[in-house]
Amino acid sequence: MSSAAVTETMRNAGVNWHSDEMKARRKARYAADRRLQIYGMIAIAFALGFLAILVGSLTFTGYKAFTQTVATVEIDLSQAKVDPANIGEADWRGIVRNALRAQLPDLSRSDERKFFEMFTSSGQFLVRDAVVADPGRLKGVSSFTIPMADPVDQLAKGEIRRDVPESQRRVNDTQIGLYDQLVQKGIISTPFNWGLFFNADSRFPELAGLAGAISGSFWSLLVCFAISFPIGIAAAIYLEEFAPKNRLTDLIEVNINNLAAVPSVVFGLLGLAVFLGWLGLPRSAPLVGGFVLALMTLPTLIIVTRVSLKSVPSSIREAALGIGASKHEAIFHHILPLAMPTVMTGSIISLARALGETAPLLLIGMNAFITSPPDGVFAASTALPTQIYIWADSPERGFVSRTSAAILVLLAFLVLMNGIAIFLRQRFERRW
Amino acid sequence: MNIMSEAAVEKALEQKMSDAHFKMVGKDVSVYYGEKRALFDVNLNVRKNTVTALIGPSGCGKSTFLRTLNRMNDTIEGCRVTGSITLDNADVYDQSVDVVELRARVGMVFQKPNPFPKSIYENIAYGPRIHGLARSKADFDEVVENSLQKAGLFNEVKDRLHEPGTGLSGGQQQRLCIARAIAVGPEVILMDEPCSALDPIATAKVEELIHELRTNFTIVIVTHSMQQAARVSQRTAMFHLGNLVEENDTDKMFTNPDDQRTQDYIMGRFG
Repeated sequence: MSSAAVTETMRNAGVNWHSDEMKARRKARYAADRRLQIYGMIAIAFALGFLAILVGSLTFTGYKAFTQTVATVEIDLSQAKVDPANIGEADWRGIVRNALRAQLPDLSRSDERKFFEMFTSSGQFLVRDAVVADPGRLKGVSSFTIPMADPVDQLAKGEIRRDVPESQRRVNDTQIGLYDQLVQKGIISTPFNWGLFFNADSRFPELAGLAGAISGSFWSLLVCFAISFPIGIAAAIYLEEFAPKNRLTDLIEVNINNLAAVPSVVFGLLGLAVFLGWLGLPRSAPLVGGFVLALMTLPTLIIVTRVSLKSVPSSIREAALGIGASKHEAIFHHILPLAMPTVMTGSIISLARALGETAPLLLIGMNAFITSPPDGVFAASTALPTQIYIWADSPERGFVSRTSAAILVLLAFLVLMNGIAIFLRQRFERRW
Repeated sequence: MNIMSEAAVEKALEQKMSDAHFKMVGKDVSVYYGEKRALFDVNLNVRKNTVTALIGPSGCGKSTFLRTLNRMNDTIEGCRVTGSITLDNADVYDQSVDVVELRARVGMVFQKPNPFPKSIYENIAYGPRIHGLARSKADFDEVVENSLQKAGLFNEVKDRLHEPGTGLSGGQQQRLCIARAIAVGPEVILMDEPCSALDPIATAKVEELIHELRTNFTIVIVTHSMQQAARVSQRTAMFHLGNLVEENDTDKMFTNPDDQRTQDYIMGRFG
């Protein structure tokens, strides 16, 4: 029946658009629209609420890790017996202890042990390294900052409360008294904790930092990108532009989609068996971490690249072929450049996911305790998520806030990467 | 001694005539998309320096035939062509034929203007560059200017050659696509409903251009508009349900067609 005939029938049936029934019907339809809108708003509110709770609680527990209680001590090295030709061999332990001891002249001999426990046990190495870095300091008095040990740091930050009985806190009454004296002398301060970013891991919270984890993650992602980007694009181009459509390519396609959904721990086990077991690559190395993350990223990257190649209008392909461009010219001169912004966005988001991936790295040993940042892809290392895992597992009080701080750092990197992805998309994406 | 049989002489003459007149010859051309047959034994000759219009209702196979002429059908999965199509007596579907060369010699303009999202200059310079037809900057400048001149676009765009081709109006974009096709020096230009996305003024300009191009190129144009076929072409071929119904001088086709179906279509009784 043509539309004209329908209209005619309606008119004959005497449809009254202003009848109560018709009005009620329209009202119900508008109400359904509004309900749908409200459900959506509730969903968004929930999502934002949970995000706010996550970030809020992390910030609440983590912000204190961004400062560190330190003592600033003047040390006169011209009086100390240090051989300028062999700085490392000097008695730094004695020098530091003397300097600290000098802060409280009327400290009784019996309290000395408790006093030295209040400072980080590695103070001697920090001072030594500072002097090695700047031998000019040997000539006179210069000031050094020595982090306080974790319990004192917690006391200063109010995490250890003075009103709990002495037997139940890690700082005894004597130490609290000594601490107050040091505060009165004005040598205690809580500056920004640069060590969190520039130190590697340590057994002592006051010295532990993320430098090893950040560079480990960097090397792993570099390897991951270097492998998955070219392979992913090549595979996607072949499947999208060259492969015949038959059962074999269908099977490959189904498998790629399935691989994208495989739990990452399985890739970790594969990496453990193949890269460490068969190939004998070094344990805990960012190289192997990168391999495993690349395996995990590849399926996603192939899918993203295929979709973006598909989204380039076929008119561009035809235009190129129509003036006699060969297939590879059409792809590399026209189709791929147009698909590139989406491909870049997709790979950055895949890399962001790889950055946060923990399970596969645990299985290849990137959760080891390593106290120096890796100097390349073969050196043993941790990564940001595994560092968080290690710290979350550590009993020392200082690691509680450091774990949250590390998560905040990881989140900051993720936000940064996604921000770059959004920027690239806004800046370069073409619309038809 | 050198007496040929009368039939042989006649055949040779005919051959010579066809050499002279026919740029492309389609013989028993059938096209299959998978199981489905889209063209049934089409025999159609394309004359040199002539505009040949292909008309017919939607799905009649006119675009399919057009695309067999420069093997654009190759890009479609499951497409198969039988019969023979020759360009200057060489079979374009022969194993030895280089499809890249074929498409340079038989250019194509598409339904929707499809300039590359690059500058106007780059759009035109691209073809000559990949085929190595120009080397120096001066060569390229010349090719670009010439092609734009021939496409009647030069005066409109000469001050913004380095601006994106996609910023032009629809009609200008289509003429840019024609200029792009011309730039590689084709012998035949195929046009697949080149005006269907354009407004009447832009259409008039493109039609005028087609008229002028005839002196240098052989043109085959698919069109939905009977008036357009009548205005721009000298020969018209009518397709219906995958068959070539009739091929004739355009004047005759629109006044006194041989086939009843052509008459009906032209009169608007189906379509």
